[in-house]
Amino acid sequence: MSETATPSQTKTGNRSSLAQELLVPVLAVVTGLIIGAIVIVASGANVFDAYGALFTGSFGSPIRLIEGLQVYFSTGETKELLRAIYPFTESLVTATPYIFAGLSVALGFRAGLFNIGAEGQFFIGALCSAFVGYSVKGLPMIIHLPLAILAGALGGALWGMIPGYLKAKFGAHEVVNTIMMNWIAFRLSDWLLNGPMKASGFRPVTPNVLPTAELPRFFDDPLRFNLGFFLALLVAYLVYWFLFKTTTGFEIRSVGANPDAAKYAGMSIVKNLVLVMALAGGLAGMAGSAQVLGVDHWVGQGFSAGYGFDAIALALLGKSHPFGVVLSALLFGFLRSGATNMQSRAGIPIDIISIIQGLVIVFIAAPAIIRWFYRIRSIKTEETVLTRGWGK
Amino acid sequence: MTNVLELRGITKRFPGVIANENVDVTLREGKILALLGENGAGKTTLMNILYGLYKPDEGHIAVRGKQVEIHGPNDAIAQGIGMVHQHFMLVPVMTVTENVMLGIEPTKNGIILDKEKVAQRIREISDQYGLEVDPHAYIKDLPVGIQQRVEIIKVLYRQADILILDEPTAVLTPQEVEGLFKIIDTLIKSGKSIIFITHKLKEVLAVADDITVLRLGKVVGSIDPKEATSQKLASMMVGRDVSLVVEKGKAKPGEPVLVVDGLAVRDERQNLTVRGVSFEVRKGEVLGVAGVQGNGQTELVYALTGLLPIEGGTIRLLNEPIRHTSPREILERGVAHIPEDRQRHGLILTFPIHDNMMLCTYYKNPFARGITLQEKPIFNNAEELVKQFDVRTPNIYVNAGTLSGGNQQKVIVAREFSRPIELLIASQPTRGLDVGSIEYIHKQIIKKRDEGSGVLVVSSELDEILALSDRIAVMYKGQIMDIVDANKTSKEQLGLLMAGVHPTDAKNTK
Repeated sequence: MSETATPSQTKTGNRSSLAQELLVPVLAVVTGLIIGAIVIVASGANVFDAYGALFTGSFGSPIRLIEGLQVYFSTGETKELLRAIYPFTESLVTATPYIFAGLSVALGFRAGLFNIGAEGQFFIGALCSAFVGYSVKGLPMIIHLPLAILAGALGGALWGMIPGYLKAKFGAHEVVNTIMMNWIAFRLSDWLLNGPMKASGFRPVTPNVLPTAELPRFFDDPLRFNLGFFLALLVAYLVYWFLFKTTTGFEIRSVGANPDAAKYAGMSIVKNLVLVMALAGGLAGMAGSAQVLGVDHWVGQGFSAGYGFDAIALALLGKSHPFGVVLSALLFGFLRSGATNMQSRAGIPIDIISIIQGLVIVFIAAPAIIRWFYRIRSIKTEETVLTRGWGK
Repeated sequence: MTNVLELRGITKRFPGVIANENVDVTLREGKILALLGENGAGKTTLMNILYGLYKPDEGHIAVRGKQVEIHGPNDAIAQGIGMVHQHFMLVPVMTVTENVMLGIEPTKNGIILDKEKVAQRIREISDQYGLEVDPHAYIKDLPVGIQQRVEIIKVLYRQADILILDEPTAVLTPQEVEGLFKIIDTLIKSGKSIIFITHKLKEVLAVADDITVLRLGKVVGSIDPKEATSQKLASMMVGRDVSLVVEKGKAKPGEPVLVVDGLAVRDERQNLTVRGVSFEVRKGEVLGVAGVQGNGQTELVYALTGLLPIEGGTIRLLNEPIRHTSPREILERGVAHIPEDRQRHGLILTFPIHDNMMLCTYYKNPFARGITLQEKPIFNNAEELVKQFDVRTPNIYVNAGTLSGGNQQKVIVAREFSRPIELLIASQPTRGLDVGSIEYIHKQIIKKRDEGSGVLVVSSELDEILALSDRIAVMYKGQIMDIVDANKTSKEQLGLLMAGVHPTDAKNTK
């Protein structure tokens, strides 16, 4: 994971190096879309229809937006306007769990840990939040909602901490153990949904959470855009602050970048591994919380749609930087929610988005392809030069 | 006599830096050319151009009088140029034969690998040049010196007659260096020509037929070894007069800072590598620990700094015992540690210099207030140390990995010396460094001694031990053979002790 560890996080982050950092991911996305277009053409469909539907599905139609604004200003009627911004807000809704889960995996990467367990932690977080959400009654929202979120975070944290502890104490590899914890979480949730947490009725789902535990929505139905998105942004900032501005964050990055040097400098590897896995689990748990409290209001089987696994890809795409994660989560949100429209409008299977996502990840994981394709000089050469030619 | 290889007017620019500028190098047939220069002088870039890894911006290469274009290692090999890299390119889990045949695997019937044929050829080469390598041994089981011979065999197997040896002695013990020189001699006698890249002056004087000195990417001059002296070469390399001898006054030893009694330590593989070691280090003196690499020195230092647990015996630091004591606690009691492997322990290469400058004290005032890091004091601290310790870097924000080895070491020295210390533990403090940096770091160590710190220097370079130490402890197979007064000993005596022979025993057996 050393590649994911840190571009220099300081005043060097001047404009040119920031542009350098962004160049490859942006080109990777563009190239992914271009190759996706070729696949669409090969399958006999019209690229413009497809990407047009993708665009209106993720951002909304500009014409509708103008019409909606006209209606609003002439009559004060918001219905048309809300319909116009619906796709955009849905994209943000989809991006919300991506942000949380992406931060979870990114934090792990920073400490040199591969948290494949975000999916399981997501489930546990969702179940814990749902439980507090429907079972604790009579609290005002100002207490009930934070409590429900906290429950999700703690549940996820516990789920992450177990493999963290096993790694620190016994050297058990976190990849294996987080995968195992995923399966435990899936089967545990099956049992809970069919048993103790099952709502009355046939379907294996939990009862709806109480309104006092719901993340407030900003618009009327069907717009599901809610406070969760801004909570995600806030948490992303907090993770950034924690990683780069605190002593513990410094330890975590040190342990990730060079555990031997961290030990030499007197840092506790064990403490930091457990801490990071707990925090990563907590973040993934909050992804589940945000989804259940903000969007669905109940948990059912197959609740996640693979957020925890996509999170690995978008942490890579975001170079394990909290802000990068936010950007890539937005991208994934827009792609995912646009894809639904593309399928219904242009008849392009939703899977094309998975192909594009896959391509983007390949290009990010092997930046040499992009550098070669676009003839970009590698930043690496400059580094080698410095090692060889100081003294000027 | 003909020139087998000529580089004419080679210029290579990297963005912002000219790595080679109008460099001329001539290699005569059957001779050894030493290419001498500090780290960062452009030796490696030049050799990479010759080996086809970089394309020169200007200039040309001629092999045996004929101008050639070299676009990659395959072209170089086709021209009979072979390179032995400083860091070996071997697969540890494969045998010597498999490593040698990698890339040009001969087959029987087009499918089955013909290992026996290669092994046979390796035996021939090995006999011809006195390399003594078993073709069926696994690389991982071979000592570094032999691994290097495998690299040489690889090159010879590809029928190179121009050999480039890039810092070949950097990883070798003194005995292995002797062995290498014998091999070089045999190679020359059978008509090979060799470019020997190094920054070690004594080696150059010992083996070279011609010497070309590079500084800052340019040729400073070529010189006949018969007219050269270490002093002269050093000043050519560095561009000013350097003192090769550390000037130091008499030690004024005070109270013991560190008392080690019967210490035993197991290494990471649970082998008992330190077996009952006792010594003390006093304030204001340098105790040197000499010994061939791998005789327990590494583990001794790890135990003293809390990186490895203590198996038996006691360590007392300023009269307080060290046992199950964390590295941080040891650090806080006033121990500074220049680690043996600067890239593994000493630095985080992907972190900027300013973070490396506070790696051990990041949690303390003024670098941290509460849980938040304070950027301003961190930057100021780094700016100040960079200036004070003359670290050559564009600024304090670049990653430590972008610095040359000497400057990386200066960062560590600066950091470790920037807090009050009672005991300095310096392990291989100048390994792989150039003359200028060595001079500087030696001066700093002596300065710490004169300020009243106890100093423990571990080094496998006898010259370094002799230059710095007031007393010398020689380690062999995890034990201390003897502790001698540095002024009353000789290299020969130390050499015997390093080989596990006690001089008094030697006399007795005679």
